[in-house]
Amino acid sequence: MYYLKLIWTFFRIGILNEMAYRVNFYVQLLQSLLSLGTAIAGLAIVFSHTDTLGGWQAVDILALLGVFMFVGGVIGMVISPSMSQLMDDVRRGIFDYTLTKPCDAQFLASISQIRVWRLTDILLGAGVLIAALIYRGLDIGPREALAFAFVLCTGGSIIYSFWLMLATLTFWFLRIENILHIFQSMYEAGRWPIGIYPHWLRYILTFLVPVAFAITVPAEALSGRLTPESMITSGLLCAFLIAFSRWFWKRGLKNYSGASA
Amino acid sequence: MKHYTATYWAFFKTSLLEQFQYRAAMAIWMIGRILEPIIYLTVWTTVAHARGGSVGSYSPADFAAYYIVLMLVNQFTFSWIMHIYDFRIRQGELSNFLLKPIHPIHADIAENIAYKVMTAVIIFPTAILLFFLFDPNLAFHIQTFALFLLALGIAFIMRFFIEWTLALVAFWTTRNEAINQMYFTLGLFLSGRIAPIDLLPGAIQTLADALPFRWAVAFPVELMLGRLSQEQILNGFTMQAVWLLAGFLLIQLTWRLGIKKYSAVGS
Repeated sequence: MYYLKLIWTFFRIGILNEMAYRVNFYVQLLQSLLSLGTAIAGLAIVFSHTDTLGGWQAVDILALLGVFMFVGGVIGMVISPSMSQLMDDVRRGIFDYTLTKPCDAQFLASISQIRVWRLTDILLGAGVLIAALIYRGLDIGPREALAFAFVLCTGGSIIYSFWLMLATLTFWFLRIENILHIFQSMYEAGRWPIGIYPHWLRYILTFLVPVAFAITVPAEALSGRLTPESMITSGLLCAFLIAFSRWFWKRGLKNYSGASA
Repeated sequence: MKHYTATYWAFFKTSLLEQFQYRAAMAIWMIGRILEPIIYLTVWTTVAHARGGSVGSYSPADFAAYYIVLMLVNQFTFSWIMHIYDFRIRQGELSNFLLKPIHPIHADIAENIAYKVMTAVIIFPTAILLFFLFDPNLAFHIQTFALFLLALGIAFIMRFFIEWTLALVAFWTTRNEAINQMYFTLGLFLSGRIAPIDLLPGAIQTLADALPFRWAVAFPVELMLGRLSQEQILNGFTMQAVWLLAGFLLIQLTWRLGIKKYSAVGS
């Protein structure tokens, strides 16, 4: 409860901050609509030459696109800005202020920055997803919906843990903010089902940069493709990465010595 | 002329040294530009297999050749100038450039070339690796290659002129993100990155013919692949010449108008 209240507080601060720059909202909305339009036009071009792509119908890929935008929006709203902020704070030595607060430092660092306007991506993504489902005649039962919710949460946690581990590296190597860009570049590959890629790339996108679990697997749950194996793998990997990133974070913290004058 | 060569050499050397400091960051920033052609290559190869072997006149091996050459052409012709110019103007950094007794575009061109030379160390091995992974259908003819190099050279300057003009829009807007994204989106479709131009719907193809994107990227690629007739090659070079001239005039105009608007802020 306490944690939820904190999240809400940071969210409110995010809103207040952004209220000073209202034009940003329109800029962000325009950018979100543009990228949605681009994605749909790209899909239309590909599907003007074929009916299925690696066994996926156009409407299934549309649902995948919805998941892609939704997860991308969550990353862009909280995870990416907070982790950049963390790396910046550690470099400048002002991470001290986070450590001295009477709350878990990992939690605080993970929600310290909230880009409220990225909500546009989250809402558009959810909208696309729902539109795709309605187009298919809402043919998913409670079992699929539950499975979807489960793998979306585990996939999201996997992504979060991955980002946290990348950002934690900053305790050892100060100037590596570009490392976060690796993820952003690889994320683009997630707008298509991972199954179409060559083996080596599929491997990278599953285990090195776990885009597959956050996007393809949830979309599979919605189109009845989810195998029990991938559901279990997603759950286990999620549990492992949360524990491991926590351990890694603690190791990193021990290495932190402040850098202020 | 001699004066220019010496200046360019000096700019080139300093940029090279400066950028060498950021070599790791540079490699990371290249991931996206390498991954994008691989993504669309895979998508189109999958479509080709689903249709029993080809899409339009492209077989999987043709797609492989197309996207590997596209990766190289895009790498050698792209610029990032429009993403940094609004910062330059907002922060008054432009004043430093104005104090030099030479048009500021020269320093930017030299910096871009230095970057391309340095990243060649990554992009060529990548291309060779992809060559073995995807088995492209690419024949080498010395004449075609000579024409390709010419088209690539013109494409580089032409694209630089146009993107520099776009960067100068920041004199009026101070924030260019949205405009840049629109330019990027148009480029994605019209320069043949999402799909080869032949596979796009007719109306978009007409648009691609009229705008510069196709002539800066897709034209050199198709030329290298030997997909163009003599007539098409001639037409391509004509369009390149037209847009090169248009870009040159646009820069002159926007620079003159923009610089009058510019007033530096800060100490």
